Amino acid sequence: MAETAPSSWFDIAIAALKRNEVKLITYVPDRVLAPLIKGLQADPYFEVIVATREEEAAGIVTGAWMGGVRGAVLMQTSGFATLPNVIASLLVPYQVPAILIVSERGTLGEFNVGQALVCRTMRPVLESLATEHHTVTRIDEFDFILDRSIKQAVMTQSPATLILSPLLTGGKVL
Amino acid sequence: MSALDRRAAMATLLADRKDDLLVVPGLGSTCWDLAAAGDNDRNFYLWGAMGGAAMIGLGLALAQPDKRVLVVTGDGEMLMGMGSLATIGVKRPANLAVVVFDNGHYGETGMQPSHTSTGGVDLVAIAEGCGIAAVLDVRDEAGLAGLASRLKDLSGAGPLFARVAIAAGEAPRVLPERDGIVLKNRFRAAIGLKA
Repeated sequence: MAETAPSSWFDIAIAALKRNEVKLITYVPDRVLAPLIKGLQADPYFEVIVATREEEAAGIVTGAWMGGVRGAVLMQTSGFATLPNVIASLLVPYQVPAILIVSERGTLGEFNVGQALVCRTMRPVLESLATEHHTVTRIDEFDFILDRSIKQAVMTQSPATLILSPLLTGGKVL
Repeated sequence: MSALDRRAAMATLLADRKDDLLVVPGLGSTCWDLAAAGDNDRNFYLWGAMGGAAMIGLGLALAQPDKRVLVVTGDGEMLMGMGSLATIGVKRPANLAVVVFDNGHYGETGMQPSHTSTGGVDLVAIAEGCGIAAVLDVRDEAGLAGLASRLKDLSGAGPLFARVAIAAGEAPRVLPERDGIVLKNRFRAAIGLKA
């Protein structure tokens, strides 16, 4: 039994982002990600920007990388579904190490049929573009997966997607 | 009032260009305009990211606060990313200028009219409504000269937005380097970053 209470998934994420100097965080709001967004906003290390669309957020992170700053995009599954054009025409061909963190909707208790269908497009899109992606289900694996994915993204100059399963976050239920 | 020639307008905006100016065009016509004005390692030519030029400019402006960042895009591309004006209006980086070459048409796709010509959609009013305090509506050579002068010093209180009335003619394509990795690495190297 652990001597101290385990960190929450969002505290683990904040620590891994900071350790890897991912300073610019862009997001489109999501209920599941709310504690992560709140934690990032409360930490002056991060610049946190809300965008009106996920494509904007991906653009901001790309511009930041061109200027020497590492960035991540936080979104939910349906937001990811708006991104294939910018991933295929910008992040991949220009080799931008954007970190895409997706709260997974549409599975394990989804109540919204639209979300359930959109969810099924996400992994096929990532596979078709041959970009690195991992689904995180266990809190004891989260730090390792996020930390190593950020390092690999930067070293190999390639975007990386972390899909946060409801098994990790609790998800959103009716 | 006579609308301006796009190539001449780009040349005017970039005359006597200094090394602290980083330029991001939209994909399509403004990308060719930028290439036609003379290649520069500090140009980040876009071959994709439709609707995203202003946001790439925002990220760059935030990451490089001591440099001037100029986005030059078209009315069609700007209409597609209109929410980005709201995001710029909220973040308000002083070192960012977004210039829209507004010819009222989608030049790259066959000159179909855009909302700015058929519906009277006013990008200047939209930029104002998004909280961008410095907005210019450029309709002639004198206005263009004024804009070029403003771009020399972007140390004001907030970002600059300008709509430039452009004649709806098609200019020959001038294609820049097309390898995204080359474009990225040379740009980053030019501003002193590791490739």
